[in-house]
Amino acid sequence: MTTRIFGSGIKRREDPRLITGEARYTDDIKLPGVLHMAVVRSPYAHANIVSIDSSAAEAMDGVVAVYTSEDIGDGLAGLPTAWLIPDSDLKTPEHPALAKGKVRYVGDGVAIVLADDRYRAQDAADAVVVEYEELPAVIDPEEAAGGGAPLIHDDVEGNIAFRWVMGDREASDAVFDAADVVVSERILQQRLLPTAMEPRAAMAQFNGATQELTLWCTSQNPHIHRFIISAVTGLNENKVRVIAPEVGGGFGSKIPCYPDEALVSWAAIKLGVPVKWTETRSENYLITIHGRDHVQHVEMAASNDGKLLGVRATVYAGMGGYLSTAAPGIPTILHGLLYVGPYTMDSVFCESIGVMTNGTPTDAYRGAGRPEATFLLERMVDNVAREIGMDPAELRRKNLIPAFEDGYEVATTLIYDSGDYPTAFEKALGMAGYDDFRQAQADALAEGRYLGIGVTAYTEMCGLGPSQVAGAVGFQGGLWESATVRVTPTGKVQALIGASPHGQGSETTLAQIISEELGFPVEDIEVVHGDTTETPMGWGTYGSRTTPVTGAALAHASRKLKEKARVLAAHLMEANVDDIEYADGSFSVKGSPDQAQSIQDVALMAHLAWNMPEGMDPGFEESQFYDPPNFVYPFGTHIAIVEVDADTGEIELQRYIAVDDCGPQINPEIVAGQIHGGVVQGVAQALCEGAIYSDDGQLLTGSMMDYCMPKADMFPNFELGETVTPSPHHPVGVKGVGETGTIASTPTVYNAVLDALTPLGVKQIDMPLTSAKVWGAIQQASANGGGH
Amino acid sequence: MWPNKFEYARAGSVDEALGLIGDEGKFLAGGHSLLPVMKLRLAAPEQLVDIGGIDSLRGISANGGLTIGATTTHAEIADSADVQAMCAGLASACGQVGDQAVRNFGTIGGNIAHADPASDPPTVLVACGATINIQGAGGSRSVGAEDFFIDLFETDLEDGELITSVSLPNCSDCQCVYVKFPHPASRYAIVGVAVCLKMDGATCAQADIAVGGATVKAVKCAGAEAALAGTTLDDAAINAAAEAVKADIADWLAGDIAYPESYRQQMAGVFLRRAIGAATG
Repeated sequence: MTTRIFGSGIKRREDPRLITGEARYTDDIKLPGVLHMAVVRSPYAHANIVSIDSSAAEAMDGVVAVYTSEDIGDGLAGLPTAWLIPDSDLKTPEHPALAKGKVRYVGDGVAIVLADDRYRAQDAADAVVVEYEELPAVIDPEEAAGGGAPLIHDDVEGNIAFRWVMGDREASDAVFDAADVVVSERILQQRLLPTAMEPRAAMAQFNGATQELTLWCTSQNPHIHRFIISAVTGLNENKVRVIAPEVGGGFGSKIPCYPDEALVSWAAIKLGVPVKWTETRSENYLITIHGRDHVQHVEMAASNDGKLLGVRATVYAGMGGYLSTAAPGIPTILHGLLYVGPYTMDSVFCESIGVMTNGTPTDAYRGAGRPEATFLLERMVDNVAREIGMDPAELRRKNLIPAFEDGYEVATTLIYDSGDYPTAFEKALGMAGYDDFRQAQADALAEGRYLGIGVTAYTEMCGLGPSQVAGAVGFQGGLWESATVRVTPTGKVQALIGASPHGQGSETTLAQIISEELGFPVEDIEVVHGDTTETPMGWGTYGSRTTPVTGAALAHASRKLKEKARVLAAHLMEANVDDIEYADGSFSVKGSPDQAQSIQDVALMAHLAWNMPEGMDPGFEESQFYDPPNFVYPFGTHIAIVEVDADTGEIELQRYIAVDDCGPQINPEIVAGQIHGGVVQGVAQALCEGAIYSDDGQLLTGSMMDYCMPKADMFPNFELGETVTPSPHHPVGVKGVGETGTIASTPTVYNAVLDALTPLGVKQIDMPLTSAKVWGAIQQASANGGGH
Repeated sequence: MWPNKFEYARAGSVDEALGLIGDEGKFLAGGHSLLPVMKLRLAAPEQLVDIGGIDSLRGISANGGLTIGATTTHAEIADSADVQAMCAGLASACGQVGDQAVRNFGTIGGNIAHADPASDPPTVLVACGATINIQGAGGSRSVGAEDFFIDLFETDLEDGELITSVSLPNCSDCQCVYVKFPHPASRYAIVGVAVCLKMDGATCAQADIAVGGATVKAVKCAGAEAALAGTTLDDAAINAAAEAVKADIADWLAGDIAYPESYRQQMAGVFLRRAIGAATG
């Protein structure tokens, strides 16, 4: 009880059950009489459905029913898009749970089969005969928007779902016209497959007597799922219970409400028996949302002496066949608003065009819009450095925003909360030995070896976010959180939260906040989440918001309890409240330290209520709704050192240095874990991950045989450092850290590789930087006369 | 991930296995090639005859040459002192198949019957002149590895026939290596090169070379072999071999969306150099 728990790298309390296989995921929950659902999925990216013959399937052993969109009729409303970007001429084409007349991507659901056994369900799904009339497909978002492309939705003219503009085009043009230097690049932010360790699953049970639906599903936000399932099924929201049991990662892919979740709900209501669906990994790659998919035309203006003047971009963002739940917000609000980064740059302009394609729908994937912004910014800073002949680190140093403690407004209209970019930057450069490296690089080059270094300075907005801002930008929900700290008579704590952690270690981190505030040992604190009936309302776990927002709600609720405890302790000890001192979970009277009441004593007395002060209610429980006044803005500098093998194009990541500032670290081990995982995912985008479609819309990287997941042996030991700049508006000063690694690392490694290839004359390669592409670029540059 | 329905039978002997196997049946050993394709419903055998419990099919004997039972696992081969001594390249290749869990289940017989062109052991078997021993209802026969592998996932094995073992000559006086450029996604070979050199003093008396991964099957590379034989493995000889190997495999090239044929062909040259370096280093 005397250990200072805040700031302590205690082990994650959730890990024993996760690593021993005891944790219970959706698919582990067995209900008697459950029917298994298999989905008949389109093998074509774009086709009219001519006919569906399910007679053979219906006749098979164990098959209870086969349903198509015709059978569902108006039993299910279309899946809603819940981020309606204002002033963007947004179109929201219908997204039926099963395709109506037309399929729009490979994997689009056409029919469902319900059978008493998962194998039989799959056999029957294979036996459903669907006749298609194949239509031309389009995958590339710029091509899909270019005119003459196949029309994917009749009511989305030109396939353009929205056109969002940030900044003043004329003012931006004036800056660019007057600038000494303008650099430009066409950047492909390739499609990525989120690949959570647990694929998605959903099981629904309908109680006819009470007319209540329970849906277990892989959700990052069960309260949002309840909201949407209520809307699509027509059940009152108080008759829908959504439970997210153990959820094995999400990275954004378990935010949206998917057709499968609506379909098991509908079928369970229709048949009166529980219905379960569990995604295969192959299905996961086809139908669970993808991330990124931008074609960006980017320019940056600068002066000859290295002042960054402005950035502007036209972004074609692939939305896929339908607009997923939060999709329109990703390449717009979460993207363009990051265009200033950590730099004193006064001119920003972004036109982001959301384009329907025949790919899998895209939505938030770790970082969600901010990695795509940080990459283009950092890429262009390196291009400016090369153009004006200035070292890229020096160019960044010249343009970093000076340290500020409470508010700094930038050209995108954001007000950064706090930052000390130069300190983090210099610390990272020092750890990397930047100046010495430049000499080592020159020496290596003399031996025919190609070393490179990449430096990224970043800041990002997370801890989403003030609800008023959410409303202003069209997010169809709030972005506050609520929490209840409930203490039992025996002094054990249940912390009920509306957010829904799924691997982040929040059961540990949040318990540490409560322990710090109230003195209960961490092992006496259970964090309860993931059940809309058991937990108070909350908007979910994404956008690096659970520690900043839920953590703040818990800190405030704890402080309310502490105040109650102080008054009650004073009453019990017959002392004046002003004379009560608190330390490490114990209340004592000033001057008589032997007279003390522990927090557990007080909790018991509050429950017994035998001797309460005048006007104090019994019980020992407090709740707090918390709407943050601003986003939080973590920041830092990442540095990568690579060597390129010019014979093969292989890239060896030799060192990776990450200095991150997320305010005071509640648990440094968990912070390090988040940074490690984020860096790995971001580096993988630079080096190996990328979903590839054929021209007719078949996903060619449909399994891990072809889609390159990062592997531990691709990475050196990461060298982590930190600086500590508290958020001025957060009760314990913390900022989010779940996405920083992903946001910073992709440009860091990309720029390092391009730095290594500069002597060979290579200036640009589309991600991912596979050995084949790097080798090909070297050959091409050599044929064009090479570098030097 | 949900295979079609199949019957399952477990055989106690080779004869029993050959008696059990039906027209639409497949032999099951370690299951690490067959079961994944069944789960993806790319293969749908109606019957699996499990040969994993047949003792006579498992184990390594060294008696002049090597005889490796068909259900011997990759891990057992990689760890075998006899294999390391008599065909170091095969031990190396088997040690690079999949990961440890795959190597603990996957078998040499299953591997070559599946004939994935990017798998590692076939390349060494072709380079080193291995013999595949086969038994069927009509008796037993043997076929050289080079003739056994016919094309992509296609072998000389007839329906109902069972691989019983693989034989290799004693190559303890050779410099025998397998060098692999793994695909970052699957860790199968983008290109795998097996080189087996018999040295007579400073002169290379004989070179046996095969390439896999870049090709639809493991290919014996006569041009590259000829470029090295009789030389002192000087730079000119190695340069000639690195060029020749690209021609040797030109008719058999394979690739995928990320690592196309042209790239793999060039890498065969690079990795042949590295293999020669490893064999002589």
